[in-house]
Amino acid sequence: MTAVVAPVPVPEAQLSARKLKAQQRAADAKTKLSSPWASGLAILIAILWTVPTFGLLINSTRSDPAPQQSGFWNFWNGSTSFTLGNYGTAWSGNGGTPLYDFIINSVVITLPAVFIPITLALLAAYAFAWIPFRGKNIMFIAVFVMQVVPIQVALLPLLTVYVKVGLTNSFWSIWLSHTIFGLPLAIFLLHNFMKEIPPSLIEAARVDGAGHVKIFIKVLLPLLVPAIASFAIFQFLWVWNDLLVALTFSGENTAPITQGIQGLTTQFGSGGSTILPPAAILAMLVPLAVFLSLQRFFVRGLLAGSVKG
Amino acid sequence: MTEVQDRAPSPVQAQAPRPANKLKETSWVAPVIWGVIGLVIIGGIWLSWSPLKQGASPLLYNNQDDPGWISRMLFQPTTLGQKLLVMVVAIALFLAIMGLILWLIDRPKIPTGVVLAGFLGPVVIFLSIGLLWSAIKTVIQSFQKFDDAGAANGFVGLDNYAKVFSGQNTQVLINSVLWIFLVPLFAVAFGLLYAVLVDRTRFEAVAKSLIFLPTAISMVASGIIWRYVYLAPAPSGKDQIGLANALVDLVGGTPQNWITKAPLGTFALIIVMVWIQTGFAMTVLSAALKAVPDDIIEAARIDGATGPRLFFSVMLPSIRPTVVVVLTTVAIASLKTFDIVNVMGGNLPKNNILANAFYNALVVRQNGLAGAFAVVIFIIVTPVIIFNVRQMKKAEENR
Repeated sequence: MTAVVAPVPVPEAQLSARKLKAQQRAADAKTKLSSPWASGLAILIAILWTVPTFGLLINSTRSDPAPQQSGFWNFWNGSTSFTLGNYGTAWSGNGGTPLYDFIINSVVITLPAVFIPITLALLAAYAFAWIPFRGKNIMFIAVFVMQVVPIQVALLPLLTVYVKVGLTNSFWSIWLSHTIFGLPLAIFLLHNFMKEIPPSLIEAARVDGAGHVKIFIKVLLPLLVPAIASFAIFQFLWVWNDLLVALTFSGENTAPITQGIQGLTTQFGSGGSTILPPAAILAMLVPLAVFLSLQRFFVRGLLAGSVKG
Repeated sequence: MTEVQDRAPSPVQAQAPRPANKLKETSWVAPVIWGVIGLVIIGGIWLSWSPLKQGASPLLYNNQDDPGWISRMLFQPTTLGQKLLVMVVAIALFLAIMGLILWLIDRPKIPTGVVLAGFLGPVVIFLSIGLLWSAIKTVIQSFQKFDDAGAANGFVGLDNYAKVFSGQNTQVLINSVLWIFLVPLFAVAFGLLYAVLVDRTRFEAVAKSLIFLPTAISMVASGIIWRYVYLAPAPSGKDQIGLANALVDLVGGTPQNWITKAPLGTFALIIVMVWIQTGFAMTVLSAALKAVPDDIIEAARIDGATGPRLFFSVMLPSIRPTVVVVLTTVAIASLKTFDIVNVMGGNLPKNNILANAFYNALVVRQNGLAGAFAVVIFIIVTPVIIFNVRQMKKAEENR
């Protein structure tokens, strides 16, 4: 089993080569952005992209009618006062469903909707990568094609099934749907990662008498942790930010945060206006925290999902 | 075999030696298991196909009855405790089932067909009912008529498709085309420009995070952010509330009602989607730019190429496959996106796109029309994806 535990040497060599390259490039970086026009343009784009979010953040801290009566830039001329009370009002719902209810629902929806498809996809990806069987290519192509199917195509028939089984007020319908919609891409990506593992490792384990299940759990899973993390973040953000599946399948007690703030937009004129900005900011916090803390994995997953074939 | 037994054998192997024809004896297991999987799939298809009877009791849970605490927890959770408990139950149940399956197939000499059923069976069930059959059923539905209760009521040929291509919906098609072409174009242009500008600067990581932020948050949240940018013009003489109109005022233009004006609304929403997708484009293109071999750039520099010339004649051609992949990926995302139009479009037909028209038809139970919209989206997406896959293969080969 020693051969199995030994780290794969290839990535390390690549890493040092990359580091060297990065150093070389850093050396001639000075010549690159010497033009003040280039820096100015970059800063301009950065400002353009940040100001709308920044405006909402400011608006979320202005006391009651202010966000509806003047632009956020009036925050600094002293006409409105700073308050964090809006966050409290939004959190407790201002008479409607409290925001924390939606956030709890989002958490309850997201954890199984990430865990289940990844586990199933890992198993399927292993079968496609390392178990020879008849019809494998056709099945794999079928899975690949299913990534393409827009989820709109599957919503109505699934809804019929859920109504008949009686799942429309539960989380099961949402979990099942996210699992189904997440599987094709998950299988495809994880299969690509699994294929990159040297066959000699699997062969060595097989000679040691390990069956497919043991090879999968003891040999492949530890090596796939970064790939799993990448896809987990992808699926997490997808489920957390989803609106279409939520609107179609959730009952009155299972609506996630996206549906919660979408509902607030329809009562914009009335009390909704004060709690809309803080509610939207609160809804952003979780995906932002995930993205910022796990950025490295996320970019990897993004690249694997789009550039890799 | 002796070599294997020298190393610590698994408990199963340590048992009494099996008869040599064991493999033959268990060969009926695989067809039986796959037969069961097939039956489950047929059951699912039957559930989705048989008409929805008014007042018929659901199989597992009926909220018209007065259910006990446990079944409410499972199928209609209302309190925090019930919700968290049902989540734990779901994960535990899933783990137990998968653990049992893996334990059952983890034996020596087990036929490959049985092992495959363990690894692939759940996925085959999920995908064939949930995606394959659902897609087929939606295509069938798009040729059917539906009554107000949402029940199928005979075939109507191409009537639903005629509706998609006529009346107010022609505007939907035009808007969708605008989305498909403008969003990828601008997202890639800004993303590429920004990636080049911040490449190898001191603030690269922070600068990239700023642009990527809109990609990470939900489109609903983005819609709310931009609502405050596009707020309606203030009464004359008063200061503007919305950022867009304040800027227009500043340069002396006429403030607009961005969302409700005819072609303007679509462009306003497209800007939001560009704002979201630029981060994605920038990230992928930046990685591609960094992968361009140094010797190529060095050679071009020695030949005297600098600045824009270096970029357009050397860098851009070498990342062309990636640019195409990003263009098509963003185009498909724009076609399938419904959140932005749903949250910001004010439910105006002139702002509408296919994905949101689908949802609107779904809400009013026009299942046939919804099916037709879904099929049209599918038909537009398919050639783009095929093209995309070819480009990806090319990109692989070039590397």
